[in-house]
Amino acid sequence: MSATSTATVPARLDDAAIARRQRRVRTIDKVGLVFTVLIVVGAILWAFPLYWGVVTSLKPESDVVKAGSALYPEHLTFDAYTYALFGTKLGLWYINSLATSIATTVIVVAMSAGAGYAISQLDFPGRRILWWMILASFMVPIQALIVNHYVLFNQFKAIPVIGPWMTINTLTAVVGPQLLAPVTVMIYKQFFDSVPREMKEAAVVDGANDFQLLFGIYLPMNWGITTALAIITFIAAWNNFLWPFLAISDEDKMNITVGITQVSDAFGVKYARDLATAILAGLPVAVIYLIFQRRVTQAIMLSAGIKG
Amino acid sequence: MAIMKSKRAELATAAVLMAPFIIIYGVLFIYPTIKMVQVSFTDAPLIGDGQFNGIDNFVRLWKDRLFSTSVWNTLYFVLLSVIPSTIIALFLAMGVNRLKGWLQSIVLACFFLPYILPVSVVYRIWAWILDKDFGIAQVLLAPFNGGTNINVFRDLPLFMPAAALLTVWWLIGFNMLLYIAGLRNISTEIYEAASLDGAGRWTQFWNITWPLIWPVTVLVLTIQLILQLKIFDQVYLFSRGGRVDATSTMVQYIYKQAFQLNHGGVGAAASLVLFLVIVIFSVLQFQLLRTRGGEK
Repeated sequence: MSATSTATVPARLDDAAIARRQRRVRTIDKVGLVFTVLIVVGAILWAFPLYWGVVTSLKPESDVVKAGSALYPEHLTFDAYTYALFGTKLGLWYINSLATSIATTVIVVAMSAGAGYAISQLDFPGRRILWWMILASFMVPIQALIVNHYVLFNQFKAIPVIGPWMTINTLTAVVGPQLLAPVTVMIYKQFFDSVPREMKEAAVVDGANDFQLLFGIYLPMNWGITTALAIITFIAAWNNFLWPFLAISDEDKMNITVGITQVSDAFGVKYARDLATAILAGLPVAVIYLIFQRRVTQAIMLSAGIKG
Repeated sequence: MAIMKSKRAELATAAVLMAPFIIIYGVLFIYPTIKMVQVSFTDAPLIGDGQFNGIDNFVRLWKDRLFSTSVWNTLYFVLLSVIPSTIIALFLAMGVNRLKGWLQSIVLACFFLPYILPVSVVYRIWAWILDKDFGIAQVLLAPFNGGTNINVFRDLPLFMPAAALLTVWWLIGFNMLLYIAGLRNISTEIYEAASLDGAGRWTQFWNITWPLIWPVTVLVLTIQLILQLKIFDQVYLFSRGGRVDATSTMVQYIYKQAFQLNHGGVGAAASLVLFLVIVIFSVLQFQLLRTRGGEK
């Protein structure tokens, strides 16, 4: 960098000025090094709680509560994990979390792609009203609707035949309010808007209908966005706490995020076990993030309104 | 004739594509929202109908000490979490932005990973770190308390700052992401020109980075503000078994009224208040996004 900037220095600068500048460049680099060291130390501090949680979960309980416990597992053991997996309902909660998160993801993505396409490409009465409704729902805090969602799902009990499958204390109830994801519709519309018109016109001349256009051109062209949206919808559904906590009181139907905070208290304070269950609960989303880092960050920025 | 037919086909297609959306939003968004407003003017229990009682519920909120405590606690939490998480995120983003290659990826992952985790995991980890008997943080905390350990989440003045601290730790990755994207949009030529003019680091920050990153700062502040007004999870989890009412927030108040005291009407009224507060801030945010979009 210093080579290019020296080249652009006007000839009228005298030697003294150049020497002054070079001194400044050197001190700036020293300051820069300090910043680099600081940020790396900051990152280590930031990661420490996670590290400490993992390390503790790998120790025997007797080591955990020892004064001046070591910063690494001296007696490495997976007892806490064996207990979490086989001594608790963790497996069941995992299945519940997987089922509700996958259902939420599939329905949200399919519904949003369809609605996004219709609003972006089709002309029909009520289109503008629907678009405003989506923008409006973007502003509504779902937390303000918890009371009425609870009442609503409780009323579903009265529906003949399917009622018992969708009332409070069912996995359907957990999925329900999570389907409100206006941002995904907005992002799909935005991306479908920018698909070149010529591509559509060429396909229409060849006799393609709208469904062929959607599945043959619009979705394949935006495959990356679909993956990104699916990943963050899944992560958000997995991590959701408030609604699954309200909707389920039956231990066997709890999501993992609710189960580990509501039930584990019963077996007294066992630090390694508590942490092992927590780490197992966070593992799927952490792994998904580490594999799909770029997609996750892209989707997060899109939902914040920044086209990444 | 052909045009008529294609028009009708288009309408049918639109109906098929929009149907799931319209049904789900009608049942789970429009209907509950209307119900919320309606129930807030009745004395209904959680389950079942109630009598219209005018603005009684709102008068009750106004007079209820627990409601005002909840509002103040929410605002206090917002203040303690939103501003630090914005400022710290900017500096961390500037630091990360200087790095290159694998070091940058690792450092960013360290800051971002907590954001991906569910609140229950964050709760377990911090409950362990701050544990009264064996928490590792007691090494740093005890000397300030004359050598005895502090039960952080049972010590009222420490509760909200501690909850805010771990919230900042948890969510900072999101803010950093937006800042890093914003910093990359500032052309390096501006900095080069400034350093040629002899501008130091601090001058460059105040005169270039800060004003140019300001739109991102506003975006981060509003997103965090709206998010933290809805605070429930962490505060609820850490307050269990303690003085729940003293640390109650607005969503906790709704939860208590509707689900624990069976006052559906009061719960709906408090929901309506929260609803209106957040809608106001969201409209502001939407306006900001629109003006930002217009600049492009």
